[in-house]
Amino acid sequence: MAVITPLLKGLAFTLSRFFSKPVTIQYPEEKREPAERWRGLHRLKSENGRLKCVACGLCEAVCPASVITVEAKETPDGRRFPERFVVEVTRCIFCGYCEEACPKDAIELTRNYEFCGYTREEFHMTRDVLAKN
Amino acid sequence: MVAFLIESVVKVVVVFGVLMLMVAYTTWLERRVLGRVQVRRGPNRVGPFGLLQPIADGIKGFFKEDIVPANADKLTYILAPALSIIPAILIVSVIPFGESVTLFGREIFLRVADINVAVLFIFGLASLGEFGVVLGGWGSNNRYGLLGSLRAAAQMVSYELALGFTLISVIMVSGSLSLVQIVEGQSHVWNVFKPILWLPFALYLVCGLAEINRTPFDMPEAESELACGFNIEYSSMKFAMFFMAEYAHMISLAALITCLFLGGWNLPFGWEAPFVPKVTWFLLKVFVLVFFFIWERGTFPRFRYDQVMNLGWKVLIPLSIANVVAVGLYYTVFA
Ligand code: SF4
Ligand code: SF4
Repeated sequence: MAVITPLLKGLAFTLSRFFSKPVTIQYPEEKREPAERWRGLHRLKSENGRLKCVACGLCEAVCPASVITVEAKETPDGRRFPERFVVEVTRCIFCGYCEEACPKDAIELTRNYEFCGYTREEFHMTRDVLAKN
Repeated sequence: MVAFLIESVVKVVVVFGVLMLMVAYTTWLERRVLGRVQVRRGPNRVGPFGLLQPIADGIKGFFKEDIVPANADKLTYILAPALSIIPAILIVSVIPFGESVTLFGREIFLRVADINVAVLFIFGLASLGEFGVVLGGWGSNNRYGLLGSLRAAAQMVSYELALGFTLISVIMVSGSLSLVQIVEGQSHVWNVFKPILWLPFALYLVCGLAEINRTPFDMPEAESELACGFNIEYSSMKFAMFFMAEYAHMISLAALITCLFLGGWNLPFGWEAPFVPKVTWFLLKVFVLVFFFIWERGTFPRFRYDQVMNLGWKVLIPLSIANVVAVGLYYTVFA
């Protein structure tokens, strides 16, 4: 008896689980709200239709994973802007240092965690992609 | 003669087809039930309730790359899956799943073959199936595979004995080796309701689980230690054949227990239900048992290897021998 009772108890427990409601979140249809401070894909903020970024390269310097590449250029009226701004998201560790380092509050990590692709190149997020994110 | 041939061919095709369908849907059932036991949903994407999942899996199995390891013993490696699945399917040929129906003025018995030593036949085939596992592990020339197949062999040897002894008590009570007669003998009282057969029923259930290598006795393919065990080197349809063999064994075990203990196609206490074909009861009991096997898998953890051996040799075999003696004494004294 001492052997059998725990077995039956276990069976009863799993049976009660069988009739309980599954906790699965049906992903593409149902989505879990990410945390308030979730660090997802980067966004380059803009102001008055222009990117706030001045291509100072601080985020490039601070990035511990070295995944940011910034190339600066100047407009005729002497305003600096990033000619090229690439984040290799596959290697990014989403530490958020780039956001902290930015003197112009031009880059932020959004709560978007749904980015996927078939090739590595698709994850080299360029300026325009990040601006639209 | 021609009519007999046609009848047999039709029966074979139907039983084979139904068995394969049941095998396919047992995999689905297993995944669903295990999912629910773990408070998940299980496969539900392919078709309504994931009902097309087995078909998708089958198609996928065909398209997967079929790898033969360079150092494998080709002959045994290729032979093993077939050796594993053929006995598993053959077992069903002697299982009676209903009385007879009259079709086109011919009395048709609902069984592929009625042989008078069906129990022995099944017993032999069930152990033959183990050779597939043993040769598969040996032929793939992989250490994990070899360990898995060694375990399978050891487990088969130890539990087959207990299984055989338990069977003897059933045969003593029924007085026949033919499954049809065993089932007919239970038309009023199922064997499982006879107190003298309670212990054999429990023993048979446990040994049966060990015999088909199912949790908690899934030693040969202990995922966590052997990384899948005997079938580690198999891929594509060869792997699928091992997989199907496992489920076919499970279904045939359920069918066999139904025949031996649960009254086959009979309702309990000699009740009769008009209009309902008796096959329904048979299938229902098989379903309940299969469900139990899945449920039990979701509940019990795997035994350690030495525990399996201890349980087999030190508990189950002595118990089953004592049981044979007890049943024998009962019949000599009281009958
Ligand atoms: S989040 Fe961290 S790792 Fe990613 S780009 Fe910014 S600084 Fe680099
Ligand atoms: S995003 Fe900010 S830190 Fe990075 S280059 Fe632009 S302005 Fe400088």
